[in-house]
Amino acid sequence: MNTYYAVPIDPTDRIRRLVEHLYAKMPEIEAARAELITESYKETEGQPIMMRRALAFAHILEKIPIIIRPEELIVGSSTIAPRGCQTYPEFSYEWLEAEFDTVEHRAADPFYISEDTKNRLKEANRYWKGKTTSELASSYMAPETLRAMEHNFFTPGNYFYNGVGHITVQYYKVLEIGFSGIIKEAQAELEACSFGDENYAKKHTFLEAVILSCKAVIGYANRYAELAEKMASEEGNPARKQELSLIAEICRKVPENGAESFQEACQSFWFVQQLLQLESSGHSISPGRFDQYMYPYYEKDLNSGRITREYAQELIDCIWVKLNDLNKCRDEVSAEGFAGYSLFQNLIVGGQTVDGKDATNDLSFMCISASKHVFLPQPSLSIRVWNRSPKDLMMHAADLTRTGIGLPAYYNDEIIIPALVHRGLTLEDARDYNIIGCVEPQKSGKTEGWHDAAFFNMCRPLEMVFTNGYDRGVPASIQTGNVEDFQTFDEFYDAYKKQMNYNISLLVNADNAIDMAHMTLCPLPFESCMVDDCMKRGLSVQEGGAVYNFTGPQGFGIANVADSLYTVKKLVYEEKKITAHELKKALEMNFGQGFDAITAREVALQAADELRAAGKEVTPEIISMVVQNVLTMELPAAEKARYEEIRDMIDALPKFGNDIDEVDMLARDAAYTYTKPLETFKNPRGGIFQAGLYPVSANVPLGAQTGATPDGRLAHTPVADGVSPSSGKDTNGPTAACNSVARLDHAIASNGTLFNMKMHPTAMAGEKGLESFVSLIQGYFDQKGMHMQFNVVDRNTLLDAQKHPEKYSGLVVRVAGYSALFTTLSKSLQDDIIRRTEQAANR
Amino acid sequence: MNDYLNVTGRIFDIQRYSIHDGAGIRTIVFLKGCALRCRWCCNPESQEFAIETMMVNGKPRTIGRDVTVKEVMETVGRDMPYYGRSGGGLTLSGGESLLQPEFAAALLRAAKDMGISTAIESMGYAEFEVIKTILPYLDTYLMDIKHMRPDKHREFTGKENTRMLDNARKIAESRMCELVIRVPVIPGFNDTEQEIQEIAAFADSLPGVDKIHLLPYHRYGESKYEGLNRPYPMGDAAMLPEEKMESFREMVERNTALICKIGG
Repeated sequence: MNTYYAVPIDPTDRIRRLVEHLYAKMPEIEAARAELITESYKETEGQPIMMRRALAFAHILEKIPIIIRPEELIVGSSTIAPRGCQTYPEFSYEWLEAEFDTVEHRAADPFYISEDTKNRLKEANRYWKGKTTSELASSYMAPETLRAMEHNFFTPGNYFYNGVGHITVQYYKVLEIGFSGIIKEAQAELEACSFGDENYAKKHTFLEAVILSCKAVIGYANRYAELAEKMASEEGNPARKQELSLIAEICRKVPENGAESFQEACQSFWFVQQLLQLESSGHSISPGRFDQYMYPYYEKDLNSGRITREYAQELIDCIWVKLNDLNKCRDEVSAEGFAGYSLFQNLIVGGQTVDGKDATNDLSFMCISASKHVFLPQPSLSIRVWNRSPKDLMMHAADLTRTGIGLPAYYNDEIIIPALVHRGLTLEDARDYNIIGCVEPQKSGKTEGWHDAAFFNMCRPLEMVFTNGYDRGVPASIQTGNVEDFQTFDEFYDAYKKQMNYNISLLVNADNAIDMAHMTLCPLPFESCMVDDCMKRGLSVQEGGAVYNFTGPQGFGIANVADSLYTVKKLVYEEKKITAHELKKALEMNFGQGFDAITAREVALQAADELRAAGKEVTPEIISMVVQNVLTMELPAAEKARYEEIRDMIDALPKFGNDIDEVDMLARDAAYTYTKPLETFKNPRGGIFQAGLYPVSANVPLGAQTGATPDGRLAHTPVADGVSPSSGKDTNGPTAACNSVARLDHAIASNGTLFNMKMHPTAMAGEKGLESFVSLIQGYFDQKGMHMQFNVVDRNTLLDAQKHPEKYSGLVVRVAGYSALFTTLSKSLQDDIIRRTEQAANR
Repeated sequence: MNDYLNVTGRIFDIQRYSIHDGAGIRTIVFLKGCALRCRWCCNPESQEFAIETMMVNGKPRTIGRDVTVKEVMETVGRDMPYYGRSGGGLTLSGGESLLQPEFAAALLRAAKDMGISTAIESMGYAEFEVIKTILPYLDTYLMDIKHMRPDKHREFTGKENTRMLDNARKIAESRMCELVIRVPVIPGFNDTEQEIQEIAAFADSLPGVDKIHLLPYHRYGESKYEGLNRPYPMGDAAMLPEEKMESFREMVERNTALICKIGG
């Protein structure tokens, strides 16, 4: 029987003040890193790229301004301004220059940028024209791929514009032997190289670059030691003076050497976490199983009486604050897809040990408490659940969920471990998995998973079946025949599969081009020295040095595709209530619901194409006239009525998410149209592609690029989120939705699936509410679901649910002695529940 | 074989993920038709056995449908993973389920066959011979006792309570299921210390009974009366203050050996 200390510990005032300081101002863009890397690159032209990367990293760490913020116990900031961000021109920079004057005022994730910074960045960026990964990647792509991207079938924007990130390194190793130990390993490998080795040049350069990078990190920590000493000497408050002296002592020792105390381990961990992000611009650099690799240091200190549990909790809380100090500015479109300044530093607790025993310890509980204390989005806290997860831990986690913070996310060992073994991981490695970024499982310190490699919109190929490969009046995909000519549902479905296969191959083309660009221009020696088997192979992570290599682009819109296929199957081919032509027209005309300006233009271009095909001349004037006509167009009453009738028939059909076998099994099959073809492809690092089924928040912006779909979804509205049912279509309550989602084959989507569920705090009230909530998760996991996260809704959401019941029909609230679906209640009762929520909030 | 799966009955709702009504996550099957006409009833659409139409948010909804046990269990069985994890199961509610005794017994039997735990919410308004037919398949009997005095009971519910009290004792004595006594606390009917205490004392006298639940009056059924075009019999009676419920609870625990809880 596992033992652990589960009693929550209260936060200290220091933590509250650290959070206040962090969020006092809008985050700011700084120019230091861009200037320093440019200086270094100018001096190292002609040298091997691996050395240039290491030299630039060393130059940055030697010169970048450093700061210790008031009251910090864990130090190391990449920017002077709290929550500021540096820029990474080696990946891309043009989008930022284009947004210089708007980035401060945009809707998603605004950043302040001073005129001085703009000028300094402009100057530095001049050097990078023609030298970025994004430019090289574009040049590697097939013209068809560029066309598919232009038509929004998929977007690989993440790695196209930025570093890859998405990794968990061997934190434990740095804690154990420090960078001096890693340098020794690198030197031993260097000595083992023979002059006649075929890979001598590459391996030698890589190992030298590793040593240079590790020394730079040691030097950086010593800069902090000096700063802390200086601040200590000037500090009037004796308590703070002592803290600063301790910080100085610790930074002299780690991460150069192995950590001995828990505080040293915390500081050593932090430098690794911070500097990985300063080396490249990647996000989702995930701490992983923090409760496991930190535990030996905690246990030793606790047993020897060196620290109290309270102080250990405060140190963990300090790390949680620091995780929110790191920031990243993305281009406007990507910012919408990743809204919330999120860096997706996923940190996971609980689960099993490598030998299959429960891994819960004191720190598992303290990590959950830390998220409750700081109440900030980082880290992306996760919990591993297995058949023998302790109820205490589940209840502690559920209590955090109940606060509405959206954390933790819950992951199912019982499906993830076999899924990873199927991908070639050893059983021990699979049992030691953690989550990267949003939902992507992998084994730390051995994997370059290229998770989150692109968003693939599964609805777009479906549109192509209706338009025979045309989009906005031009060819955008392959031609699969006129939809009116298909005699059976199977013919229709085959056309969809062809459209999918073609666009999936282009997605692969895009990802592999970008992969090559990173390999060529941005190998990362510092990151690579903490990933097996890079040092033995003499290859960086970007060149295939990791033990396990994958590329994981994610598909989304399953629910829309499933419900759409069901519509076509039932109404067109089985019941023959509408013809394929009618459905095509209904989609084109957005079910008679009118158009916004963007759609109007699309319709006009389509019309223009038809005119051209008929041999008529089309001028821009004609197109703009057609746009006007479309915008103000009144459909003939009978036509409009028929489209509305069609939409009513569609609405009356059963939908995915209601525990109806026939629809759910179609959804399972529809998911295969993405997951199965994808896994037949290989990447340049020697690994395979594996599908994920999740959208981050891209289902909203990418839905805006998608026309009406046969499930009744109107043009440009969001598509379904992850593997969740379409918003508002799950009307049979949470267990029914769980059962439907569990019918998908999650194991094959080994890059992760995402199931979002909305709950009202009242449905989780009291011990019984929490217990039932935990049982709901476990019941879903018993059926081989992979992931669950919860949106515990607030009063405003309920008000919105009254206005737009169609979006919220799955929302459970507690009424009197029972829970019910909110939208099925009478207006007066709804009002009452809203009033109660208000009271709960005021308490 | 398994003929009982083809027994039909009339229900008006199946509610999944019910988490505040008995142990664990439960599915509640609401049977249509009731012998009583309690003034505070929050499910007035349950009272008539006949299928009727109720306006819900301005739209007509048909209340009541005839289904086989097999059809009901098809839905009930879908949440087995959650019953297993939470200790939940099937609950029959109404209406008064005992007015469709063959159907109720067949539902409970089917649940037990599938390994699902069972409960019934009922006033016990039937011959004990009828109740005996369901007891072998029942884990928990949640029995309403509204008042100890026959005349007042008749005035507010339409029926006297003698048979129900008698059945409560017989059920308890049978020792075939857990019996939990539930008391709706209704303003102007039984919301005095004396009346609550009388019920509690009776419950305490039943062999094997150790739990009593006080269910505070609420008005959440009011809009349904409107939807059925019927006047709300409770007028504008106010909900009971939490402190008052709490004082009843303390009184019951002080004066009896029962564990008393507010709410289901």
